[in-house]
Amino acid sequence: MLYELTPQQQEDRASFVAFADDHLVPEADRWDREQRLSDSVVELLGKSRLLVPTLPTEAGGSGMDVETYGLLSEELGRGCGNVRNLVAVQGMVAHALLKWGTKAQADRWVPRIGTGETVGAFALTEPEAGSDARNGSMTAERTGAGFVLNGRKKWISFGQRAGIFLVFARLEGEPAAFVVERGTDGFRTEPISGLLGLRASELAELTFDGCVVPEANLISHGRLTFDLLATGSLDYGRYSTAYGSVGLAQGCLTASLEYTRERTQFGVPIRDHQLVRRMLTDMISSVEAARLLCRQAGALRARNHKDAIRQTLIAKYVASRTGFRAADDAVQLHGANGIGPGFPVQRHLRDAKVQEIIEGTSQIQQVQIAEMTL
Amino acid sequence: MADNAGNKAAIREFILENISESTVRDDEDIFERGLVRSMFVMQLVLFVEQEFGVSITGEDLQFDNFRTVDRIDELVSRKLAAV
Repeated sequence: MLYELTPQQQEDRASFVAFADDHLVPEADRWDREQRLSDSVVELLGKSRLLVPTLPTEAGGSGMDVETYGLLSEELGRGCGNVRNLVAVQGMVAHALLKWGTKAQADRWVPRIGTGETVGAFALTEPEAGSDARNGSMTAERTGAGFVLNGRKKWISFGQRAGIFLVFARLEGEPAAFVVERGTDGFRTEPISGLLGLRASELAELTFDGCVVPEANLISHGRLTFDLLATGSLDYGRYSTAYGSVGLAQGCLTASLEYTRERTQFGVPIRDHQLVRRMLTDMISSVEAARLLCRQAGALRARNHKDAIRQTLIAKYVASRTGFRAADDAVQLHGANGIGPGFPVQRHLRDAKVQEIIEGTSQIQQVQIAEMTL
Repeated sequence: MADNAGNKAAIREFILENISESTVRDDEDIFERGLVRSMFVMQLVLFVEQEFGVSITGEDLQFDNFRTVDRIDELVSRKLAAV
């Protein structure tokens, strides 16, 4: 199959490249240092309908198809992994509400997320339940006014900024999903700082201490809640992370090609040294391979093909590992400059490690890919 | 429905492609038998939506709707009748 972009996709891709070059690349290192995105970039993404572009227009998106969304994720990932992560999380929350909530629930919350009026957060992981998120210990109990939530969530992206949280808990022994809005009594967030990478993803720990939400905030309850809301959202996020990792790797490759052309040692540009060429060749070929896997996953997702989920897992597994290797090599090729603040490759290296962990560690994905293939 | 047998055969074929057993009865609880994997439900919903052109929504998420070939077929028939 030839994964050639249509003229429209080429045009869209060019606009994403320009968006990343104009608005993300110049600011990404500062956001990383400050461990926070600027409010203005979040507003800009909302106004540009890029926060959840795959939503219908009336729901706050722009009706973007899934293959074009992949191209967007690649360019956001090249410019700033945190912005790419923000866009992924908004999509995970908004699409879960749109697909599995009632019309009233979707009408109430989804457009607010799509337009950036309110940021959403996906609250699944707990301090003691990461890869085994199905067995989280957060509880919900019925009460006269609705439900009372007790427990903690941890490592929640944009938990510092979000106004709407999609929260998973156990209700009557089965998984359930609720919307909890910031400001609800008994709910508080605490920032997590000092992360290795994706430092501007504004992570937070959430505490629910007798937090009461009304009946209208219950999105889903029953055994399939985890299998569809949680797992389905992670599948959406994995597609974004896969493409974002390709973008990160491409950013590392471009930086390395420029640096090795300009940097002279032993009287020649360092790209003329064979060992450097070997590293560049590995980067070039692995970036191309990972991108093709993403394109394949995108093409299958566009057709709702039954193998789309497995191919997305494969794309994320390969692309996130490619991203880390490319960033590692890029830092190495930059020598001492690679570990300093003047070049973006050290940020990419730190962000790349995180992308091997989020939406399923590489080891969990190895298990899942094997399980779905063998 | 006229195409009921065909629908059921397609559902059965999909399930057999995705479990470790070579046979499944139409009234057999595939979850109770422990045949399904972690991503199976998501794959099943994707299959049903693509194969039959219906949209599974929150109100369809009762576990009972997905336990057997017969139940899935009943869900598909209800969705098709409502289109």
